[in-house]
Amino acid sequence: MSEAPYEIAAGFMPLLDSALVVAAHEKGFAEAEGVALKLVRETSWANIRDRLAVGHFQVAHVLAPMPIACNLGLTPLAARSVVPMALGLGGNAVTVANALWQAMAGHGAVPDLGPRAAGEALRAVVRERGRQGLPPLRFAVVHPHSGHNYDLRYWLAACGIDPDRAVEIVILPPPLMADALGSGVVDGYCVGEPWNTAAVMLGTGRIATVKAKIWRSSPEKVLAADARWAEAAPEALAALLRALYRSAEWCADPANRQELAAILSASAYVGRPAEWLMPALTGRLAIGPDAAMAVEDFFVPQARGATFPWKSHALWFYSQMARWGQVLHTPANAAVARETYRPDLYRAALKPLGVALPGANAKVEGALTRPTPVGSAGASLILGPDGFFDGSLFDPDDLDAYIAAQGAAEAV
Amino acid sequence: MPRASLAILVIDENRIRASIIEAGLREAGHDNVALVHDVTGIARRIAEINPDVIVIDLENPNRDMLENMFQLSRAVKRPIAMFVDRSDQASIEAAVEAGVSAYVVDGLKQERVKPILDMAISRFNAFARLARELEEARSELADRKLVERAKGILMKSRGMTEEAAYALLRKTAMNQNRKIAEIAQSLVTAAGLLEPGDDA
Repeated sequence: MSEAPYEIAAGFMPLLDSALVVAAHEKGFAEAEGVALKLVRETSWANIRDRLAVGHFQVAHVLAPMPIACNLGLTPLAARSVVPMALGLGGNAVTVANALWQAMAGHGAVPDLGPRAAGEALRAVVRERGRQGLPPLRFAVVHPHSGHNYDLRYWLAACGIDPDRAVEIVILPPPLMADALGSGVVDGYCVGEPWNTAAVMLGTGRIATVKAKIWRSSPEKVLAADARWAEAAPEALAALLRALYRSAEWCADPANRQELAAILSASAYVGRPAEWLMPALTGRLAIGPDAAMAVEDFFVPQARGATFPWKSHALWFYSQMARWGQVLHTPANAAVARETYRPDLYRAALKPLGVALPGANAKVEGALTRPTPVGSAGASLILGPDGFFDGSLFDPDDLDAYIAAQGAAEAV
Repeated sequence: MPRASLAILVIDENRIRASIIEAGLREAGHDNVALVHDVTGIARRIAEINPDVIVIDLENPNRDMLENMFQLSRAVKRPIAMFVDRSDQASIEAAVEAGVSAYVVDGLKQERVKPILDMAISRFNAFARLARELEEARSELADRKLVERAKGILMKSRGMTEEAAYALLRKTAMNQNRKIAEIAQSLVTAAGLLEPGDDA
């Protein structure tokens, strides 16, 4: 066939990590694989879910826990989805209002993005407010089934702050967050870029910590595919995955950052200035009016298996759904989560490229303290470092024990 | 046997469209209809109105927030589910296609809600059609103005009559298989570039 035999419509949200999907189209990687990729910008995750369910989209850029929640029946209009690929690692941060940062600084928070000191200072502020009879601090995340919600809750809980009782967590769309911070509607939020940088640029807030320091090399967005379509059109899906892999390589090349930021800044995509997009791409974040910091692995588009759909990632998200009362932990539910992520589809699609493919489907999360070569088919593959800031490990083979230990910690 | 009328809440930032839906619902005999254009303080409004049915447009970026609120029992008096969950595939597609979604309190019978959703779908479609026609009329007017300007430029620079100027534009458009307005646009742009002093 001469031209694009595969027509694929993909929904995406205006976020920095839509980069892999956007560049696949803009830089011709989709076309080179015979995919006519139609990108549709959406205004809510609910819309993406609905349009996947009715077949308007075959695939979409989604929050990594969303397809698991759908398959578990936790959301309305839950159509069966598969995750054949991740769309990078990291990219989120926790931003707090200037007033809250001042209070935290009074309790020892320093502008180094360290989760431990910031969290302990926040705990002191939370307790002080409690003693003064002030209402609980309010934090926003983008969706109940999001890495943002679980990152924020993990960080708070590990610093001795009960996310359900000591603070209030609400849902807000990302583009409204910086304004909500400025007007005092929320005291802080966890969101992807450029919406943390936005608050710093607008002077409404400061970045307190980042996902890359809470859990380094952790999953954030994935490609969700309508399961019925994925089964009916495996070749189209495989072609798309190859295009996205090439796109990830292009996005990861430092020489392309300026161009990528310019592409994403267009109104059809993120629709914000390129300068707002560069910090996440370079890892050099402006964290306040007077402070900037280089963050290793802030957003990892391709290196170290960043596009591989690890079943251990799916199971960690599932463990957090269980932890925060979104789902009852049963062997059947755990199996649904595990089967949502499909490394087999990833390997089958990318094998012809001769690139490094992990040999395992799951790994112990948090075990790598330094970059580590691992068993892979094809070229060599380096994974990690991937530590949780509190030093804990997640072994997917010990899921029951991990969930039980979290429950016990909450009960204290 | 008369049934208590359903409380319907329409959440739409577009006031005109919300009014059109409200009018349709009232014509159909629903007199308990509330409109909300701004979701600030929506939890309190929902508690006050205690709606049986919530109609919301899909452009609204706050759908994720609202769905989360519907799932938390303390934010709303009664659990609210998405209507399409218990609906047929055709209704789901029609609603998403039209750009509208509906949520209903648990236990409400589908046959009581379906006419409301159908009404919202048809009014959304009618509104989209009107908006499209308006946009077409606007661009037609803009096109006509462009052609007028292009003719004026040709008449001035080449000393042509109005008819000759129009004939030249039309001939060029036909030769290049483009619209007259496109040729006019190119000409106006070029004239602007070549004569920076001109009132572009």
